Amino acid sequence: MKTNAMDKRDAFRHNVLTSGHRACSGCGEAMAARMVSDLIGPDAIYINATGCLQVFTTHNQQSAWQAPWIHSVFANAAAVASGVEAALRAKGKGTPVVVQAGDGGTFDIGLQCLSGMIERGHDVLFVCYDNEAYMNTGVQRSSSTPHAVRTTTSPPGRLSQGKHHLKKDVISIIAAHHMPYAATATIAYFPDLKAKVEKAMRIKGPRFLQILSPCPLGWAHDSALSVTVSRLAVETGLFPLVELEHGELTGVMRLAEQKPVEEYLRPQGRFKHLFGSKTGAVELRHLQALADARIRHYDLLDADTQWDTERAMQSARHGRGGYASSMPTSEAVKNDA
Amino acid sequence: MKKLLEGSQAVAEAVRLCRPQVVAAYPITPQTHIIERLAQQVANGELEAEFINAESEFGAASIVLGAVAAGARAFTATASQGLLLMTEVLYNIAGLRLPVVMVCANRAVGAPINIFSDHQDSMAVRDAGWIQLYVESNQEAVDTLIQAYRIAEVCGLPVMVCMDGFLLTHTFEPVDLPTQVMVDNFLPPFHFSRTLAPSRPMTLGGGSEPENYQEFRMAQFEAMENARAVIEAFDAEFDDQFGRAHGGLLQAYRLHGAQTVLLGMGSLMGAVRDVVDKLRDQGQAVGALRLRCFRPFPAQALTQYLSGVQRIVVLEKAISIGAGGIVAAELRAALHQAGNMTPVESVIGGLGGRDLTPEVIETVFQETPLNEKGATFRFAPNHVMPDETDRGDCL
Repeated sequence: MKTNAMDKRDAFRHNVLTSGHRACSGCGEAMAARMVSDLIGPDAIYINATGCLQVFTTHNQQSAWQAPWIHSVFANAAAVASGVEAALRAKGKGTPVVVQAGDGGTFDIGLQCLSGMIERGHDVLFVCYDNEAYMNTGVQRSSSTPHAVRTTTSPPGRLSQGKHHLKKDVISIIAAHHMPYAATATIAYFPDLKAKVEKAMRIKGPRFLQILSPCPLGWAHDSALSVTVSRLAVETGLFPLVELEHGELTGVMRLAEQKPVEEYLRPQGRFKHLFGSKTGAVELRHLQALADARIRHYDLLDADTQWDTERAMQSARHGRGGYASSMPTSEAVKNDA
Repeated sequence: MKKLLEGSQAVAEAVRLCRPQVVAAYPITPQTHIIERLAQQVANGELEAEFINAESEFGAASIVLGAVAAGARAFTATASQGLLLMTEVLYNIAGLRLPVVMVCANRAVGAPINIFSDHQDSMAVRDAGWIQLYVESNQEAVDTLIQAYRIAEVCGLPVMVCMDGFLLTHTFEPVDLPTQVMVDNFLPPFHFSRTLAPSRPMTLGGGSEPENYQEFRMAQFEAMENARAVIEAFDAEFDDQFGRAHGGLLQAYRLHGAQTVLLGMGSLMGAVRDVVDKLRDQGQAVGALRLRCFRPFPAQALTQYLSGVQRIVVLEKAISIGAGGIVAAELRAALHQAGNMTPVESVIGGLGGRDLTPEVIETVFQETPLNEKGATFRFAPNHVMPDETDRGDCL
């Protein structure tokens, strides 16, 4: 059988994403992209949205990619992938197609094309490297940015505690397309990430991976702590590791014990403004409650959650978030109803 | 053999004959009949292609971008708001040098929202790096579509075939559809030299810096410059093989001895030719010139055709708000550069589907002073209906 595949021995000799690119030290996205692309290998076509990964790997006619790779514009990676996949189908080829995008290219500007790609059932793996803000343009807030985070466009100030709104629950939005496979992962749990990439590559149809990828610059943590911080995101319950198949929850990584969110928040400068003030303390408590709500939602823990989960669930249900310090109490909400 | 076909159906048949492997589109009036017909062809097994219902025109343009980058011949069609929604991707397709072919069913741009034909949509993206060919008839739309794939794939540039919405897309005309064998002989299978493939991994669409970005743009410009000769050569070759040609870059009508020449684009030129005949019968030395290829702009050919002409009138169906006529301005620049100081009268009309009837065109031929000092253009008078006299003769 005639095949376009490169000699398999070559695949072991080099990485898909090779060294010499221009990512910052400790870049979670570079680590995640290296893991994902090496697991998938060079016998695939990679489509990249505009963003850090595109910028630091293809600077000025230099490319760090040793697999076929294309970047078009910010919003259209999923649509370009749809076209690539359609062309391959028309030519009777089965080369895997992989999209790589940041949270901007997934949660915000790229969401429409992504929804179209999934709805039409294209055989594409879409990987979102989620670093919770527009890092490439200098740390602006995205709809993935969590509650109360400082970014350059959600700055804390006399009237502000950072981002006013909740992190968009994109995995639920994606899974609601009832597509074959959607999962979350982080760079801190490589065996889990590996299993999910390999599982995704065995499945036909649209697949989605959301990989939490810390950004030392935007999150303002020590660049040596990227893996630690992403582990803490999981251990505190803020970033549950889950799998959804055809819209149904089929797997979660449960927690042996719950760490307080403060352990996750403390090393990160983006939460610094919350420490040492009364209103900040209320928001910290709210972040804890949001973690508890997620733990309860995904049943991550045998023990009961301790904080004001009921209130956090309410704020999650009400959707837009808002500062806990200016929110009505649970009692007031109950009385309203 | 000639068949009575709606313009959209005729174009869809031409697309089928070009054997695209991927068709992606999003519905917008007046383009919809084209993609509906293509969808039916795919459903019937008459066209072996992936038909992708995009979630927007932005998505449709991106899908054909990806398809061509992966080595498939692709087609899309749109109009008006849809074309503007595609704008970012149109520039990107051209910058990536991907030979995409699309049909723009020319329609006005809102607000106010208007579904009828003028050239504002495609004119708005004139600098995107696409070859733009404006057709006059459904037969020319069919023939130009077939030529467009060959032009695009030889030049490494995308081609937009611009056909007037409704006036062509929804009008039935007898059309001579070529056979598959004839089209196959004219249009070889698509081979894309930079196809995304693991056997030869390439990076497409990486970053560039001030030290080389301009060179990319220069290369794009040069390819566009070279496209003129290709467009002319393939129209001539098409003539040899199919027995029909459409003028290459420009189509002249009764220019011999003409003192006044009217230049225009698209379907209005049929009526212009009738008016030329009538005025010639009355002894007036008039002629017409149809601009078929707007991008690349055929400056040299235009100056050659218009050399010695005393009055030049450009009638166009788009306006640059704050400047005036677009084709007229480019023609003035071309003539000036060639040392020809003949004034160019710029007339704008037919916006949002307003009729440019022979009566209106006849008045455009008559010398009319500009109604405002310093004005660079005038609006065409309205076609006066018995119950519309209150609109006045001229804006």
